[in-house]
Amino acid sequence: MSDVEIKTLTMNFGPQHPAAHGVLRLVVEMDGEIVERCDPHIGLLHRGTEKLIEYKSYLQAVPYFDRLDYVSPMSQEHAYALAVEKLLGITAPERGQYIRVLFAEITRILNHLLNVTTFAMDVGALTPPLWGFEQRELLMEYYEGVSGSRMHAAYFRPGGVHQDMPDGMLDSMEAWIKQFYPFLKDIEKLLNENRIFRMRTVDIGVVDQQQALDWGFSGPLIRASGIPWDLRKSQPYDVYDRMDFDIPIGKTGDCFARYLVRIEEMYQSVRIMEQCVAALRKVEGPVRIDDRKISPPRRGEMKGSMEALIHHFKLYTEGYKVPAGETYTAVEAPKGEFGVYLVSDGTNKPYRCKIRAPGFPHLQALDMMTRGHQLADMSANIGSLDIVFGEIDR
Amino acid sequence: MAVSLQELGAHVSQATAGAVVATSIRLDELMLETTPEKLIGLLTFLRDDPKCLFKQLVDVCGVDWPEREKRFDVVYNLLSLKNNQRIRVKVATDEATPVPSAAPVYSSAGWFERETYDLYGVWFSDHPDLRRILTDYGFEGHPMRKDFPLTGFVEVRWDDVQKRVVYEPVKLTQEFRRFDFLSPWEGDHRPLPGDEKAGEKGKAS
Repeated sequence: MSDVEIKTLTMNFGPQHPAAHGVLRLVVEMDGEIVERCDPHIGLLHRGTEKLIEYKSYLQAVPYFDRLDYVSPMSQEHAYALAVEKLLGITAPERGQYIRVLFAEITRILNHLLNVTTFAMDVGALTPPLWGFEQRELLMEYYEGVSGSRMHAAYFRPGGVHQDMPDGMLDSMEAWIKQFYPFLKDIEKLLNENRIFRMRTVDIGVVDQQQALDWGFSGPLIRASGIPWDLRKSQPYDVYDRMDFDIPIGKTGDCFARYLVRIEEMYQSVRIMEQCVAALRKVEGPVRIDDRKISPPRRGEMKGSMEALIHHFKLYTEGYKVPAGETYTAVEAPKGEFGVYLVSDGTNKPYRCKIRAPGFPHLQALDMMTRGHQLADMSANIGSLDIVFGEIDR
Repeated sequence: MAVSLQELGAHVSQATAGAVVATSIRLDELMLETTPEKLIGLLTFLRDDPKCLFKQLVDVCGVDWPEREKRFDVVYNLLSLKNNQRIRVKVATDEATPVPSAAPVYSSAGWFERETYDLYGVWFSDHPDLRRILTDYGFEGHPMRKDFPLTGFVEVRWDDVQKRVVYEPVKLTQEFRRFDFLSPWEGDHRPLPGDEKAGEKGKAS
């Protein structure tokens, strides 16, 4: 047998590629159709968010969190709001907490709808995104209803939420919840038993429990590997400890398990939404903390009260000072553990605000997951990782 | 069986014999300080000890304190799923002293340390692949350092003549305004225009 010289091929993938979910650039070393190594080049969407936050007051930093993972904005505001509240030593009022949990779950559904459907598109199905985006649009109307903005809401503020929900939104949500269950069943019908979808996802990118821990996985990815871990249950924040919901876990740790976990999480999120809607009909009261040194007064108050005017001016120029200290506060964002490591030096601006994005370690593990797979499986892996470059590049 | 944070801190500093320089608990969060030489031993202990089992390295980041002699803190946030606890490990270093890489202990450290190197210029020894990660190809400087200006030094634009992107020094159409809203009686010590003498008087008294 004569010697055959094998030459590995180095291929550039992205940064402009429909399956790259944004601006991912991969340098892939291939042996024929088999991936031998893939080196993600990230940072093409780096905007210096952390540096910018160091130059802004605590309130001005909130909108930056919407622009990180732009498919689940409110979850990230949630982490930041909780971190600042921890340093300030305050808690949001009960009604504000219920609204936050309600919108955090809406955000989870928004995110999973986008991910599940575009993941299906990555592996060849076009119908799911067309159906799913309609539901996303309906949910974004609720975003718009409370904050005036479909995506970049800046709604969760340290001390609560910016303002109460408009009248009638709870009724409309109940109607939405009723029609969402059959919709989710339809999506499942499209994909669960779909032969192409199964062939592209089952046994692709298997991550076992040890690897999931070692590579810093969190959220649906660690659960798909069979580890029952959810910060909403284990380290509950706001009113999650009063909610009744289950944590789905996957058995196989492959792309299909990650898909199934996300679908089941949507059912659980709708359950939490139902409970929040029921609770919000009973719980009255303010939605943000009633401390004029932290939360600004209402517009109406300012018309008649000199003190309110002064507070408004001081809060929107100087902002409030946060006692010196540091905290690492994490929430269960739709993509995994989203953490904020906030260092305060006692002034009105954060000294350091490190944003721990779940997608960052997940994308790091892509090399480990993809080795030995075919090139086409790489896009299935990328789709199942649920990466968004806003948060990875920051 | 999960132990309280006090017990855990005492247990770790006792068992690792001098690796822990200081422990503190603030806002219900336990923090250990250590030195670069002892870091890997401490992290391995925290990962494997049956009372700790911090199996996940959640985050590594840098913090810059330019006025300190060792200006950087490298902060490791660990999570124990078994005991449902978090712990923070801090190492102080400067531009010249390398910190041993945690990548052999936790695979997830690889990119986090690349990021810290990129943004702060902290050197990690024995790192498998210490390249820049977030900044541009060929970027110079470490942007998260406190002495790096917010606007940076270079800007890019498309040059229609050369038909390529060119790098140029930053030109600001107006001076960068740093709004310092801290009360002039507390934060800002620059004299107000026309008020220089009052400052001198204040200093003298």
